[in-house]
Amino acid sequence: MTIVENLRFLGHRIVNAVWRIGFASRFFILILFYSGTSFRRFQLTIKELFSSGVMSLIIILVAGTFVGMVLGLQGYETLKRYGSESALGSLVALSLVRELGPVLAALLFASRAGSAMTAEIGLMKATEQISAMEMMAINPIARVVAPRFWAGVISMPLLSALFSAMGVFGGYVVGVVLIGVDQGSFWSQMQAGVDFKHDIVNGMIKSFVFGVAVTAIALFEGYDAPPTAEGVSGATTRTVVESSLTILFLDFILTAFMFQGE
Amino acid sequence: MKRTTLDLWVGIFVVAGLAALAVLALKVGNLSTYNMSETYQLQAHFSNIGGLKPQASIKSSGVLVGRVAQISLDPERYEAKVTMTIDKRYQFPKDTFANIMTSGLLGEQYIGLIPGGDEAFLKAGDEIKKTQSAVVLEDLISRFLYSKAEDSKQPNK
Repeated sequence: MTIVENLRFLGHRIVNAVWRIGFASRFFILILFYSGTSFRRFQLTIKELFSSGVMSLIIILVAGTFVGMVLGLQGYETLKRYGSESALGSLVALSLVRELGPVLAALLFASRAGSAMTAEIGLMKATEQISAMEMMAINPIARVVAPRFWAGVISMPLLSALFSAMGVFGGYVVGVVLIGVDQGSFWSQMQAGVDFKHDIVNGMIKSFVFGVAVTAIALFEGYDAPPTAEGVSGATTRTVVESSLTILFLDFILTAFMFQGE
Repeated sequence: MKRTTLDLWVGIFVVAGLAALAVLALKVGNLSTYNMSETYQLQAHFSNIGGLKPQASIKSSGVLVGRVAQISLDPERYEAKVTMTIDKRYQFPKDTFANIMTSGLLGEQYIGLIPGGDEAFLKAGDEIKKTQSAVVLEDLISRFLYSKAEDSKQPNK
């Protein structure tokens, strides 16, 4: 009997997962379809840009500076062994612009802004604000969901650029000001090592993709959350877990495409 | 519709983000040195290019004058054919010498151009005839070992 029950449980989980994937895809298409409002009434998007972009500024700037400082210290320790401390600039800049900037900014964004989006929309649903909108013939996806989506997609590349810039600044402070690597070789090695098209533009494409993924997951989890206190808390947790894993997975895929065969 | 403090903050955010991108492009990246708008192409054959890669720099007296555009194997001569993109501001004589050199002991490889004394200049599409291949460390070591072996034989003669 237990085998049958286990099988039934497994089947239920699989059917449920496929169901959710289908609903998520339809939800994503609907966001794109109804996003006209978020540009016609741009004030809606601006409000969300404030709460997801501007409010994440502090954590992004501080985290970026410290990550850059750690990179400077660790990179110096390793490069010193080979007598090539002058390559510190290109090491710090390349690792920030290619990987750490987009990925860490997206991870911070997922836990700072994504979880807030999920909780907000989940609570709107739990307190029946979403149903009330539908009763008043206001499309909740166009009015509530799409502006948040576009705010996330717009702010993600900007946050990642800020993260990388602050990281380079942090690496400069540790490497040049504190340790005393030559300033000229720090910047010139950096400029020689970092290619605009190959590194910076690819990093921006990465963070754009992460922005789409994180906000879509956060909004879907909020919209799909069971309208209870437990349901909303579970959805918030799932947002952080799922979007973090998605970011790391997508990062691998994108890196494999962008930097293959060098 | 009137302006709110919210707009100001979002404006600051967007401006700061774009400024960070500009800093990355100009200060960190190489966009500021990307002004090789007018270029011409030269070709050269090398019997061994070592670790030379596309986008490697081409220097003359240490000054960056161009980049390697393309590397392929010439199917007739079985030699590496390197296409170089050179800045139009710099013209080189016909008997210019192209060397593959290494920056530092283990650094990346680049092409060094040493101008000759010819009056005529290389034109777009021309080939640099005088080339010297990359120094392969294994060759050097084996040559060194052979000469050592010969040296140690001689006293026995």
